[in-house]
Amino acid sequence: MDLFDVTLLSRMQFAVAVFFHFIFVPLTLGLSVLLAVMETIYYRTGNEQYKRMAKFWGRLFLINFALGIVTGITLEFQFGTNWSRYSEYVGDIFGSLLAIEATVAFFLESTFVAVWHFGWDKVSKKVHLVAIWIVAIASNLSALWIILANGWMQHPVGYHIVGGRAELQNFFEVLTNPYAWGMYFHTLAGSWLLACFFVLGISAAHLLRKNETDFFNRSVRVVAGFGLVLALLVALFGHQQGTSVAKYQPEKLAAMEAQWETKTNAPFYLFAWPDEARKRNSVEAVGIPGLASFLSHGSFSAEVKGLNSFPAEDHPPVLLSFLSFRVMVALGGLFILLALLAFKARNDLGASPFTARLLIWNIPLPYFALAFGWAVAEFGRQPWIVYKLMRTAQAVSPVPGYSVAISLLAFIVVYTLLGTMAIFLLQKYARKGPAPLAAEGGK
Amino acid sequence: MTEVSIFPIIWFVLWGLLWAVYFVMDGFDLGMGVLMPFISSGEEERRAIYNAAGPYWDANEVWLITAGGVTFAAFPKAYAVMFSALYAPLLLLLFALIFRAVSFEYRNKVDSPSWRGFWDLCQFLGSFLPALLLGVAFANLFQGIPIDGDGIYHGNILKLLNPYGLLGGVLFVLMFSYHGALWLGLKADGALREKAMKRARTIWIYLTGVAVAFLAASAYFTTLYNNIINMPLLGIFPLLAVVSLLGSRAVIGSALGAWILSALFIIGATFFGVLGMFPALLPSNMDPAYSLTIMNAASSELTLKIMLGVAGVCVPIVILYQFWVYVTFSYRVTPEELKKEEAY
Repeated sequence: MDLFDVTLLSRMQFAVAVFFHFIFVPLTLGLSVLLAVMETIYYRTGNEQYKRMAKFWGRLFLINFALGIVTGITLEFQFGTNWSRYSEYVGDIFGSLLAIEATVAFFLESTFVAVWHFGWDKVSKKVHLVAIWIVAIASNLSALWIILANGWMQHPVGYHIVGGRAELQNFFEVLTNPYAWGMYFHTLAGSWLLACFFVLGISAAHLLRKNETDFFNRSVRVVAGFGLVLALLVALFGHQQGTSVAKYQPEKLAAMEAQWETKTNAPFYLFAWPDEARKRNSVEAVGIPGLASFLSHGSFSAEVKGLNSFPAEDHPPVLLSFLSFRVMVALGGLFILLALLAFKARNDLGASPFTARLLIWNIPLPYFALAFGWAVAEFGRQPWIVYKLMRTAQAVSPVPGYSVAISLLAFIVVYTLLGTMAIFLLQKYARKGPAPLAAEGGK
Repeated sequence: MTEVSIFPIIWFVLWGLLWAVYFVMDGFDLGMGVLMPFISSGEEERRAIYNAAGPYWDANEVWLITAGGVTFAAFPKAYAVMFSALYAPLLLLLFALIFRAVSFEYRNKVDSPSWRGFWDLCQFLGSFLPALLLGVAFANLFQGIPIDGDGIYHGNILKLLNPYGLLGGVLFVLMFSYHGALWLGLKADGALREKAMKRARTIWIYLTGVAVAFLAASAYFTTLYNNIINMPLLGIFPLLAVVSLLGSRAVIGSALGAWILSALFIIGATFFGVLGMFPALLPSNMDPAYSLTIMNAASSELTLKIMLGVAGVCVPIVILYQFWVYVTFSYRVTPEELKKEEAY
């Protein structure tokens, strides 16, 4: 017997790697689009403020971008290092989606981010603008391929089992996997919203100090409308995804709702405390009758399957799924409110110090909301690595436990160090504000 | 040998090609990182080295992602066994690349000599270790690694550091350093440029010595020559490597010409090794029956076809726009360039 549990250690390592990666990804996805919009305004109007805007927010973008890239590289190889049985089993489908992602999206993103970064006076204004649009489109396209791969683990389609592994049968079905597209829209809207709140929060801090008011008020006006629409879309897509979960992964839904018994007219408890050993909730409070039925099936009287109608060995971790889901939803509600306040105050945010302060404190919250959302998706899929096809425990590499223990420790140390430095630099350059107008444009 | 369809064979060759292209592209910026402490004096020269890799290193690294992704997609079992067997060296390589990549972006963000010194160390180690580890790893693939019929690895990182593996590591470090020195000759200005070209001439001597030793050692430690004996046409790849290496020295008066021939040397050397392994991607030295080959590790024909379609359309486009970037950014890193706010 090994001293260390390889499965547990590998799961912890992957969780560290993937959650850390997703600290940086959403800002890349959203801010790239916002930068493209800012630079488009500059291109159309010739107003130098918008060029400064692209440069100021662009510097924060690049500090963030670097970590998104490097933490993504380790993930691609971790399927092989730590999940080799999984890789053998699904490589035919999952591997090809990753390979296509690199070929069609990642090359574009990495090549043109350099054109944008170094090209201010090397390429024409138009080419420079095209470069940032390519970065924005390619990074969001890249996310699509990754989520198609993840969506396939959640709801495998278009495959058949040949010689003990999943082989591709219908590529079109993999590309049109409804579960994956639901995840994609929800994740994308959430990521773009995070970027809007990032811009709003930092702008609010400067506006409270009456620093560069024209610059930051304009920044607010670029994003406030997007933010409001996105906050609503996140909720809408989230609801859509909830019905998808109910349809394709009923165990996950039951865990998200901490519902043990199958019920019609199932209530939505604002608060509960699942007792996983006794297979019931030790506390249930403030139940809204029928709401869980409505949210998952679109009708207040619909039947929602309870966990006890599934074998216990197929139960996901209930407490974790339930709490993650509740926190995510609560944050989503808060974001609608904040987006609305920001939109109302968009012309002079400095004059609404209360809203401005809320927006500053809010900067980290979308990061948590996204992390909790992924926690629901990934913990809620357990005990399966590929839903109903392969259990997580069957998927790990035959590597010695001490190797994984050492690498997990290395990941924690390295990522803590890098994360600290990234936050330090983001703060430093966010506080510094845009370069003074005179030094700008330098020709 | 059982009947094999053409697609796994095509993907085997493309797999080798992707690694070769990765070595050519990232090779020069890794090489510059290795050379940095030995060639640069003063802050301005160090910055010039960072900026000589500036617009390229990120996209160059994507070739590694693609090579990894293609291994996963086209030969999942080989990907699974290769990377779990090489667990420790691979993670070490990835951590090294992480610190190196971040060093580009973060080094000039804090005005402090110790901050910059830390990132310079990251840049050096983050370039040296990957070069060394890639060489060690590929040399070990060439001579076979101890994997059993279940794909379980019976070795450890120390076993990889055998004489032939180490020779491969040294070869890669020198190969990338030479490639990087020539690139610096192409991109740098003034004294740094002259130093780089002078170093290139010196490194070439060591590189040639080690390359000859590697070719000779391959006959003793590996079966790489067997395929050439069976199919003499494959001999063009070691020949290409030798001719390009000699040619590169002959035209070293032109950094660009020498760099292109150095790239051909890398391609020739990679193909010599990779095609020598054919049909195995991961030869087992416990029993040839345990080797992972294009027969027992390939994906389904449908996947291979779809991937070929995607690659056939996209890779030429990638090459086209990357070529455009290299042409557009073919400026020399002069002191004026370093004054720009976007410079590293």
